[in-house]
Amino acid sequence: MSEPSQSNKSVPSAGMAFERPIHELEVKLNELVELSQGTNLDLETEIGAVRQALAKQMAETYENITPWARVNVARHPDRPVTGDYVATILDDFIELHGDKVFGDDAAMLTGLARIGERRFMLIAHRKGTTIAQRLACNFGCAHPEGYRKALRKMRLAEKLRLPIVTFINTPGAYPGIGAEERGQAAAIAENILAMFGVRVPILAIVIGEGGSGGALGIGVGDRVLMMEHSYYSVISPEGCAAILWKDGERTPDAAEALKLTAPDLMQLGVVDGVIKEPVGGAHRDRQKAMATVRDTILSELALLESVPIDELLAERHRKYRHAGEIPGRFPSVEELDS
Amino acid sequence: MSDERSETEAPRPTEQPIATSDEERGKRSVSKEDKKAEKLKAKAEAEAAKAAAKAEAEAAKAAKAADDDDKPRLRWKKKELPGGLWLKCEACGETIYKKTLLKGDLVCPSCTFHFTVPGTERIQMVLDEGTYHELAADLEALDRLNFTDSVSYAEKSRRTIERVGLKEALHLGTGEIEGRPVVICVLDFKFMGGSMGEVVGEKIALGCELAAERNLPLVIFTSSGGARMHEGMLSLMQMAKTCAALDELNRKGGFSICIMTNPTTGGVTASFASVCDVTLAEPGALIGFAGPRVIATTLKQELPKGFQRAEFLLTKGQIDAIVPRKDLRHTLARLIDFSERAWSEGESA
Repeated sequence: MSEPSQSNKSVPSAGMAFERPIHELEVKLNELVELSQGTNLDLETEIGAVRQALAKQMAETYENITPWARVNVARHPDRPVTGDYVATILDDFIELHGDKVFGDDAAMLTGLARIGERRFMLIAHRKGTTIAQRLACNFGCAHPEGYRKALRKMRLAEKLRLPIVTFINTPGAYPGIGAEERGQAAAIAENILAMFGVRVPILAIVIGEGGSGGALGIGVGDRVLMMEHSYYSVISPEGCAAILWKDGERTPDAAEALKLTAPDLMQLGVVDGVIKEPVGGAHRDRQKAMATVRDTILSELALLESVPIDELLAERHRKYRHAGEIPGRFPSVEELDS
Repeated sequence: MSDERSETEAPRPTEQPIATSDEERGKRSVSKEDKKAEKLKAKAEAEAAKAAAKAEAEAAKAAKAADDDDKPRLRWKKKELPGGLWLKCEACGETIYKKTLLKGDLVCPSCTFHFTVPGTERIQMVLDEGTYHELAADLEALDRLNFTDSVSYAEKSRRTIERVGLKEALHLGTGEIEGRPVVICVLDFKFMGGSMGEVVGEKIALGCELAAERNLPLVIFTSSGGARMHEGMLSLMQMAKTCAALDELNRKGGFSICIMTNPTTGGVTASFASVCDVTLAEPGALIGFAGPRVIATTLKQELPKGFQRAEFLLTKGQIDAIVPRKDLRHTLARLIDFSERAWSEGESA
C-alpha cells in the first residue's frame, strides 16, 4: 500500500488485487505530476504517455473483470451510496422516519423525493459514509422495523399516487436476536407479498450489493435494474464457498458459480436492465455514475407512468410468477390433472 | 476470506467522502483527533467485517454438516438404529423402541420431542387414508447455472433422486382432512434439506392456483433450510414467485394455512411460509430467518434459551398457535370449517 500522498490530489487507492496494474500506473502518474509541479521540468510528454497507458489498462481490466472482482467493486468504500445520491441527484428530499410501531431503522432511508418535476417515494438501503454512520446503519443490514418502515412509506406513495424508486444496497438483512424476535423473515415476506398489490409503479435499482432476501424485501419492481458493477445473489460468495467448498479461499469460484453479475442475470432473465458505469467503476467517477442513475430514473419513470396501472400490476404478477422460467417447462394449473 | 476484500475494507483516512447531507456536512470538519479516532474505528470495522465473514463461514459449515446428504440427521432412520429396533431421542437421549415411535407419529414418548417427518409420512398422518392424489410429481430440477462444487448440481440432483426416491423436495396434491377436501403442499427435508429451487417454487405457486381454481383451502407444511444456492438467483426469485401466487389466491378469497415444522429457516420463512392466513407451528420447531449458529457467531454471544423455537416465537407474537402433532389433523379440520365463507368474499369465485 502506498503512503498517503502529500499533495491534495486524489490519491490512487491501494485498491483491489485485480486493479494492481491500474494502481501502479496511477502511482506513477501522480509522481510525475508532482515532480513537474515541484520543479520546472517539462514532463508533459511523459505524463501524456502514462495517462494513455492508464486509460488503456483501465479499459482492459474492466472489460475482462471477473465476477469476484465485480463484488469487490460493488463493495468499494468510495462507491456512491444512498446518502450520496440523495445529496447529489435529488432536487428535493423530505425524509420520513420510522415504522410508527417499533423504531427508526437507519439502514433503511425513506422519504419524498423530487428530480426536476418528477416526484416519487424513495426507499433505499443506507450504508452511510462516515464510520459512525456505517455503524449506525449496521453496514446496510436492515432490521424488521426497516422493512416495515419501507412498507408504510409504500402505502403512503400509493395514497399520494407517487411512483416508488428503491435503491438496493445491502449485504443482507440483519441476523440478530432482536431481528428474529421481531420477525425478520415475516417482515421481508410481507413486503414481497405487498409489493404485488401496490398500485403505483415500482422501479428497483441495485446500486451496490444485492444481498439475498434482504435485497428482495424492497426489490419487487415493474422494472429491476442493476448497475454494471453491482451484484445480486441468493447468498454471499463467502457463505457459499464455506458451505459447498468448505474453503474460504474458493470465494472467487463461488462468485463465478452463483452467476451474480448484471450480465449473467440479464441472461437468466431475472433483471430487466443494466445501468452503465464509468470505465473503472462508479467509485472512479462518482458524479458521472450518479448522473447516469438520475437520467435513468427519469426515463424509466416516464415509461412506467405511461402504462395503465391495472396493466402494470398484471404484468408485475406475470413477470414474477414466471421469473427466469424456460417457457413451457412447467405445466399450467389446467394441465395438472392430465 | 481473500486479501482483496480486506483491502477494500481498509480505511483511507486522507480522503474525504463527498458531502451527502446537511448532517454529514456538519461532520465533515473533522479535527485531527477525530481523524485518529476514526482511523481506529475503521480498523475495528475492518476487523469486525473479517470476523463476521469468518463467522458466516463457520456457521455455514455447521449448517452444511446438518444438511449433508451422506449424514441424514433424522435419527429414527433405519440405518442409524442398532439392530433397526431402537433409537435415541435427539432431545432427551431416551432410548425409544422404533415401533412405538412410528405409532406415536414420530413423537418421543418420553419428552414429546417432535422428530422431523418426511413428506410421505406427513401426508399419511394428515390426510384421510386413500384420499391423496399427487400432482406434478415428475418435475425435476435443472442445472441451469452449470453449478459445480465437488460434483455438478445435475449429478447431485440425480444422486439425490436415486437415494431418496423423490424427484424434488415438494409434495403437491389434493386430499381430504377429516372429510374436508384441500390442496396440500409438503416440503420434504430429506431432499436437499427441503431447499427451494425453481421446482419447489413452481409447485407452491401451482398449489395456490389450484386452490383458487377449485375453491379449496391450501395447507402447506414446511421444513427447509431455505433457498437452494445451486440455482443462484433463480432460487431467490422463487420467494417472489410464491408470494405473487399467494397474493393472487388472496385476491380470489382463498384461505391458506402454513404449518412450520422443524426446521424452517431462510428464504422459505422469508416468503410464502410467513404470509399464509394462519401460521401454526409444531412444538419445539426451529423457525427463523438466519440460522442460530450464524447469529451466535456473528454476535459472539450466547443465545437466549429456546431462541427461535416455536414457543419463543409464540411469546414474541410471531405465530398464531403451536399445535402438537397428535392434535394437528383435527385442528386443521376445525380451522377449515371456519373458512367456509372465505370464497364468497373474493373478487371472483
